[in-house]
Order: sequence, then C-alpha cells, then structure tokens
Amino acid sequence: MNDQSSIWLPEPASTVAGDVDTLFYFILVTSAILFVGVMGAMVTFAWRYRRRSENDRPEPVQESKIIEASWIAIPSILVAVVFIWGFRVFLELGIAPPNAYEINVTARKWSWTFTYPNGAVSTDLHVPVNRPVKLRMSSEDVIHSFFVPAFRVKADVLQGRYSYVWFEATRADTFNVVCAEYCGTAHSDMYASVVVQSQDDFESWLAENMGDGSLTPAQRGERVYTQQGCFACHTLDGTTSAGPTFLGLAGSTRNFTDGTSAVADDNYIRAAIVNPAQEIVEGFLPVMPGQYATTLPAEDIDALVAFIQEQQ
Amino acid sequence: MSSTGTTLKHYFVNHEQQFDAAKLGMWLFLVTEILLFSGMFVAYAVYRSWHPEVFTYASELLDWRLGALNTVVLLASSFTVALSIHFVQKGENDKVVVLLLLTLACAAIFMVVKYIEYEGKFSHGVFPGAGFEPHGIVDGKDYSKYDIPFAPQFFSIYFVMTGIHGIHVLVGMGLFGWLITRVARGHFSPQWYTPVELTGLYWHLVDIIWIFLFPLLYLI
Amino acid sequence: MREGSHNYLSARKGLWSWLATTDHKRIGILYAIACGTFFLLGGILATFVRTELGTPGETILDQDGYNQIFTLHGVVMVFLVIIPAIPGILGNFVLPIQIGAKDVAFPRLNLASWYLFMAGALMAVFGWLFVGKVDTGWTFYTPYSSGASNAVLWLTSAVFVAGFASIFTGLNFIVTVHKMRAPGMTWNRLPLFVWAIYATGIVQVLATPVIGITMVLLFLEKLMQIGIFDPALGGDPVLFQHFFWFYSHPAVYIMILPAMGIISDLMGTFSRQQVSGYTFIALSSVAIAFLGFLVWGHHMFVAGQSALSSIIFSMLTFLIGIPTGIKVFNWVATMYKGSVWLRTPMIYALMFLFLFTIGGLTGIMVGVLAVDVHLHDTYFIVAHFHYVMMGGALIGLIGGLHYWWPKMTGRMYNETAGVIAAVLVFIGFNLTFLPQFILGSRGMPRRYHDYTELLPSFPEFAPLNMASTIGSYILGVGLLMILVYALYSLFKGPKAPANPWGACTLEWTHTGPLPDEHNFHETPLVTRGPYDFHLADDVFGPKEEN
Repeated sequence: MNDQSSIWLPEPASTVAGDVDTLFYFILVTSAILFVGVMGAMVTFAWRYRRRSENDRPEPVQESKIIEASWIAIPSILVAVVFIWGFRVFLELGIAPPNAYEINVTARKWSWTFTYPNGAVSTDLHVPVNRPVKLRMSSEDVIHSFFVPAFRVKADVLQGRYSYVWFEATRADTFNVVCAEYCGTAHSDMYASVVVQSQDDFESWLAENMGDGSLTPAQRGERVYTQQGCFACHTLDGTTSAGPTFLGLAGSTRNFTDGTSAVADDNYIRAAIVNPAQEIVEGFLPVMPGQYATTLPAEDIDALVAFIQEQQ
Repeated sequence: MSSTGTTLKHYFVNHEQQFDAAKLGMWLFLVTEILLFSGMFVAYAVYRSWHPEVFTYASELLDWRLGALNTVVLLASSFTVALSIHFVQKGENDKVVVLLLLTLACAAIFMVVKYIEYEGKFSHGVFPGAGFEPHGIVDGKDYSKYDIPFAPQFFSIYFVMTGIHGIHVLVGMGLFGWLITRVARGHFSPQWYTPVELTGLYWHLVDIIWIFLFPLLYLI
Repeated sequence: MREGSHNYLSARKGLWSWLATTDHKRIGILYAIACGTFFLLGGILATFVRTELGTPGETILDQDGYNQIFTLHGVVMVFLVIIPAIPGILGNFVLPIQIGAKDVAFPRLNLASWYLFMAGALMAVFGWLFVGKVDTGWTFYTPYSSGASNAVLWLTSAVFVAGFASIFTGLNFIVTVHKMRAPGMTWNRLPLFVWAIYATGIVQVLATPVIGITMVLLFLEKLMQIGIFDPALGGDPVLFQHFFWFYSHPAVYIMILPAMGIISDLMGTFSRQQVSGYTFIALSSVAIAFLGFLVWGHHMFVAGQSALSSIIFSMLTFLIGIPTGIKVFNWVATMYKGSVWLRTPMIYALMFLFLFTIGGLTGIMVGVLAVDVHLHDTYFIVAHFHYVMMGGALIGLIGGLHYWWPKMTGRMYNETAGVIAAVLVFIGFNLTFLPQFILGSRGMPRRYHDYTELLPSFPEFAPLNMASTIGSYILGVGLLMILVYALYSLFKGPKAPANPWGACTLEWTHTGPLPDEHNFHETPLVTRGPYDFHLADDVFGPKEEN
C-alpha cells in the first residue's frame, strides 16, 4: 500500500490516511468529469452558435424542465454522497480508540515539546508503529496548528484549553510535523519530526530518555502551577488574592464557611483541587473552576500537591 | 432652500417617493445598529453562560437604582419625541420646540447619571481591562472582594456596551439640538418633517437597546 | 442625436466638480481611480511574495518582511479592492441607469461613503508607514494580533471606517432599487446585475456591522486588555474567530455576487439570448445572501469548535454550493441557440466560467469535513480562494469594465490588445495557482516564508513554487497591458457609439455615447425585459421576415 503516492498527495502513513485519500480522489475525479463536461458544453456552444451576422436575432429558447431538474438533482445527490462520506471519515478522525497511548504536546513560538507518560520530554515526537496515539495539545502563547501531512491529521493548538488529534502510524519512518496556523516571525521554521519506531525501539528510546527530560514531582508541579494559571488566584508569597495563598497552606488548619474545619494534608489538597466547591474556606467565594479533575492528568495533580506541600 | 423646507430633490419623482426612500433608508440603518449591538450581546451571552456565578456576583456592584432612574428618563424622552412628531404633523411648531427641548434635557440627565456611575467605578479601581483593581468600600460592599477571575470580563462588557450606547445618546443629543434650531426657523411643515420623524426612529432604537441593557447588566 | 448637449463629463469642469460631486457616475469613476490604485499596490506586493517563494531560502525578504508583505497584500486586496470595487465602480455607474433612475436615493451619502472608504484606506496606509509594521495576516487572529505592533490599532480602525462605507453603499442601493425604478421596470425586468448588487447590499447591511463591533473589541483588547479574546486574560480566541468569520464568510458573497451579476449580463448580451433561468439566478442571489450567514463555521473545522457544529456547518455549506453550481449551468445554457459574439468582455465571461468552476469544485472539496482536516491552512486553500476571489470576482470586474468602458469613457479600446491581454491573464493565472493546489494537498502550509527544510521529504516543492512564480509574472504582464491600452483608449481611442454591443438594457438604449449629467432627458418607460433581444426593434430595427 506504499505505492499510493501520487502527484496530489504524499504517501499515506496512518490508518485514516487511506480513507481520506479515497474520498479525496473520489471528489477529484468526479469534479474533473463535471468540469470537463461543463467546459466541453461551453466551448461547443460558443463555437456552434457563434455570431454569423450583425443582424442575428435568435428566438428565445423554451427551457427544458427535464434538463433543469437533472442539473438540480445530480449535483444534489453528489454533494449528499460526499457529505455523508466526509462525515463518516471525520468521525473516524475525531474519535480516538480508548486504548490510545497519550502524549502531551506543548506548542510555543516557535517550537514543539512532547511529554510522555513516564515523564520523558523530547522536541521530536516519537511514537510506536501500529498503535493508536492520542495527543493532548495546548499552546503557551498564540494559536498554532499541529499538522502531519503524511498522517492527514491537523488540529489547532490553543492557549488555555486542550485540543486533541489521534493517529495510528502504519510504517516505521520519519515524517514532518509543521505548524499550519500562522504564528509570527518563524512560523515557517516551526518544525518537528515524527519518528515512528517499532514497539521495542520505542520502549528503549523512552527508557533512555526518561532520565534527562524528567522532572521531580515538585518541579513538575511548579510547571503545572504556571501553565494552568493557578497563580492568578493563589500566590506563593502569603498575600491573599481571590483564593488562599499556597505559602504555608500544607499542614495548616482550614476553617470552612459551614463552621467545620480540617487540617490540610495531601488528601485535603487533592480534594480541594479536583472538587473545589465541596468546602469553602472562610473569607473566600466559590469561584474556582471545577474541571481540573477531568482536564489535568493524575500525574499533574500529584505533582501539584507535591509542589504545594513544598511552599513552607 | 425654500422657507417651508419642502424641497424635492431633482432625482425624485414626487414627495412621497422621497419620503419613502428616506424612511426605508433609516430602517435599514437601524438594522445595522441592531446588528452592531447584537455582536456585544452575543459576547455577553457567551461569557455569562460560561461564568454565570461570576456575572451574577459582579453585577452587585452596579447600582440598580441609578439604572432604573435612567430607564425612566429614557422612556420619558421617547414619549416626548413621539409627541413632537404628533405636533409637527399638526404644524404646531411651538410645542415641537418645547418637546424637543424636554427630550434633550432627558438625554442630558441620562448622561449625567451615566457620568456619576462611571466616576464611582473609576474612583474605586473598576476599569475595563488591565487597570481593573477594585478597592475601597461603598454602601457596605468591599470592592476588593470583587477582584476575582472573569469579573474583569463582566466590567469590560459593561463598559463597552454602555459606552457605545452612551455615544449613541450623545449623537442623539447633537441631532436634537440641530432639529430644534431648524424647527425654530420654521423649516418643517405638516407636508415635510422627515428629519424629525427619522431622528425619532433613531431615538426609539437607542431607548430600546437600553431597555435590554438595563436588566441584563444591572438586574440579573 | 443630441448634438451639443452636455454629457456627465463635460457638464462641469475642475477638480472640485469631481471631489464634491454627488453624481453617481462620477462617484463610480472616483472609486475606479481609488480601487485601481490599490489593486496596483496589492499586485506589486503579490509579486514580492511570489518572488520570495520562487526559490528556496531567503530570496529578497526576511521572515518579518515577508510576513508584513503578505499581510498588507491580503488587507489591501480584500478590504480596499475586492469588497468595494464592483459595487463602488460598476454598481454606482451602472445600477441607477439600468433601473431608469436619475441618481441613487441618497447621493450625498454616496459621496460620503467614498470619503469614508478613502479615510479608512489612508488610516491603514498611515499606520503602516508611520506607526509600525503589521504581520498578523488579514484575518487578525487573536491572541497574535492583540500582542502585535500598535499599527494593529490603525488597521482595525481602518477596517471599521471602511466598513461603514460598505454599509452605506449597500443601504443606498437597496433603497434605490426599491424606490427609484422607472415606470414599467418591474422586479422581473431588472437586469441580473441589479439583482446581484441588491443581494450584495443585503449582505453589506447585515454582515458589516458585525465586523465593525469585532474590530472595536479587538481595538480595545489591544489598547486596554479588556480580556474578551485573549486567553492569557481569561478571554476566548475562538470567539474572535466566530465573530470574524460571521462577517468574513458573507463578505465572500459581497465579493462574488456582483461578479456573478456582471457575468449574467455579459452572457445575455453577447449571446443575444435570454439568460437561462432568469428567475432562479435572481432569487438564488438573494437566497445566497441570507444562507451565507449560516456557514461561517466551515472556516473552523480544525479550530476547536465542537464536532456537531462542524457537521452542521459542512451540511449548510453544501446547501449553498448547489445553487451556485446551477448558476454555472444556466450561464452555459444561455449560449445555446444564441448568437455568441466573442469580444473581450465575453472572453472574460467565459474565463470566469472556467476559473470560477474550478474555484467552486475545490470549494466542495474543502467543505468536506474529513478532507478539509488535511487541506485546511495549506496552499490548497490559497489556490482555492484565489480561483474564487481573483478568478471569480476580479475577472468578473475586468470583464465588466471592458463591457461598460465605452459608456464610462465614450471611447473604444483596441480589441486585439484586449484579446492578447486576456490570453496572458488566463495563462498566467492558471500557471500561478494550479501548482498551488498540488503544493497544498501535498502539505505545504500557507503563510510560509521558506520551505527549505521540507525539501528533503518534498523535493517537488521547489519546481512547483518556481512555476507558480513564473505564472505570477505572466499574470502581471497581462494586467499591466490592460492598464496601458486602457490609458491609451482614454486619450486616443476612437469615439464609441451609444450601443456598441447591441445590448438591451437602459444604459445602452436610452442614453447617448456618454450619459447626461442626470442620465436621461425624460424618464424611460420600460416595456420589455433586460434580455428580450427578440423584442428589441428599437435596437436592431424591425425584424426581417424570412
């Protein structure tokens, strides 16, 4: 199936690429036939009915209902077909298999960082072949777009929210990642590679790279603190903002608006992150967003707890 | 220009055509105005649906009594404008001048109240955007307690919407001033009073937009 | 026939008679001068862009320089050329005469629109020259734009002000069509150009205020950080994209509908045949004007909107695509059993059909969800919208200018030169943009300063880009040639007869070689449709029986 390369599309290298390509070629060929037909009629009419004399005064033509109906019906049917087809492939592109291997992607002007579940970090994306991979992506600044032409996948990468793509590479090779959303000066230099490896090669690469790229839990927690914008409400220097300061929080006794109190151990801190509305500390309002249980990976929450415990 | 002001432009066939054209043009313009504001209403709706608790909470800082006063003032001015059109149709231009002066006065009261509101906010650090840093205590409300995420969005939307609405009120005041001088010089007659009618339409729209702004920003 | 009487050019003299004119025809000429100048500027910028991309590596511009140049190219071409040009030039000059009116409904507002448009243009130029360089792309996506140079403030204000020019122009035409038609000019006797400008007016009035408020919010975001669009302040950048495309997709119809109107008139006149499907073409323009508001989300399939919205937007996009396709069939069918006269305007009309059909079919391709994921933000999109915007809107405008040139200037141009230039434009255009389809579908992103690092995997990028650059030069030569013979015709061209094409609409049948200052001596009485050539004894003389 590697001989599917053509003038139009680069050689496909993911499971979905074949479906996208088939649809692409179907539309291309249908369009070409329609185009040749319309242009053929145009040239034929322009020649066949060319003006013979200044005084030509053709009689009006009775419009044919059958022809009119057919040129309404045929395009309608064709676009209905490509819409439904495109919709089905789109769902395939959009829904990752539940067993997909998850990698975090951070984009910034003008580079990519890939973080693996074991803490390894790289600037080129390494993935195992024949295994679904799901990327959880966010940006540190402006909008970028993650695009691998060989995989036919693309998604914008935004600040302050996650976007996802998934793919399953079908052969071990190296492919280009490009940024498809204009992001400033070096937009056209924002490259990375996707290195597709066999499962064994991938495992050994992961093991080798774990050391240099990984952070201590507290360091990772500090990064989460910055990336998630916790600092907007929780200071590290003891001043009170919209939320309690993290300085000296761990181990202190917290008094709640309902009159109860508790000591801030790590279970309490974790609960306060994932379910902030459950207990409200006196003097504060229930304004903290409640989505972190779903948007932050468990490792990040653990790391955040470790970070908060260090603020003494 | 003739003393009655009943000028027929050369490219119109008759007065009726000229008046119809002007009125249709004005209605289309009002449509564009509504769409201009609808963009802001959409921004308001989107942010409110994302952060309903913040919006409810932040709106406590707006004084509904001043908002209600302004609503009454604007409604009164719409009434006086409607009356002025009624009298210009009858040719009673003295009454028209008085009514338009009343309208102008209402608009001025509206702007003064608006100024008091803005001044009260600015003096306690409630600015749109980066300058947002509420502080101080007013009417038992501790402004610093309102420095929470997405409260700046509420006030940004509040200032932008009421600000652009305020600019429309100022434009309306300019138009009324201009109309008053023209009525006083006898430019209008029961046969031709298009500018009065069109300015009236404009003013009703300014009023209607406020009718939506007041509950959305002050009450809920 | 009316020897010695004044026409609209000779009635008044002097610069002031132009700058203070309320004559719709003169305002049309003012737009022609302004838009022509901006088109020249935008075209020069385009050749810079293509020269940079012709060879890999840095050729003539560094990264920032390139980003600024393509931004300015986009802003100038979209906001200062394609959007205002056809309504501004031909809508103003032709529409009131075509419906038998002496002027538009609000002549002073019409002049004010031109000044607003010029003010917007000057603000953009001022910001560019004296405040700072803008490199945001014409789409101004946040948060990139809210962090860019202060010239963004000038550019957004410029778009806001020029937007009001567009609103007032559309408003003026709607009222004019509703209220100023001559006796007998019923709705189904309106030339299709009038229908198209009318539908365009609806879009201008309904869509432009939204870009206005979007630009105000972006302005305030940049000036005071109000936090509506900037995610770092709690805002939402996708909301900006929704607002932006809510205008900018309908704006595509502001650009293409008038061109479709021109093509309808050209196909009818140069085939001397009733335009096939008149009612359908007329009403579908209006339908498209409204439906165009429901498809903005198809620009955002990969931008982070929900999958359900994407599916709905894709479906609605196809609903709009079908009537557009049917129009193409109708135009081709118009020639059937007609008398086709291949003069320069008709050559441009046929060129429009060729290029616009490619633009439309590739539009279907990028409207298909799964395929768009791959093609979005690549050169495929660049090629697609140039086929629609330039191959459609601008080729339509050029055809229309050739058609109405004798009426506007009172002189003919050299037909041979016209045909040669048209052939150069056709070859140059396709050589420029066909390779870009392939570049894009093979994966070259748009707004790219350099593709050197992609060459190991994609060696074909180099020859394709080179071909595109050579094509752009040929296109440039063709367009310059038009400028040269147009200027020659203006001063030295032979005098034009009142109706050189044997057309049946009022601007040809009821005015002299140049229209009078107030268009008509007496209000015309309309007794037939715009393409009823078989009834037009006043044009061709009584029919010979044979």
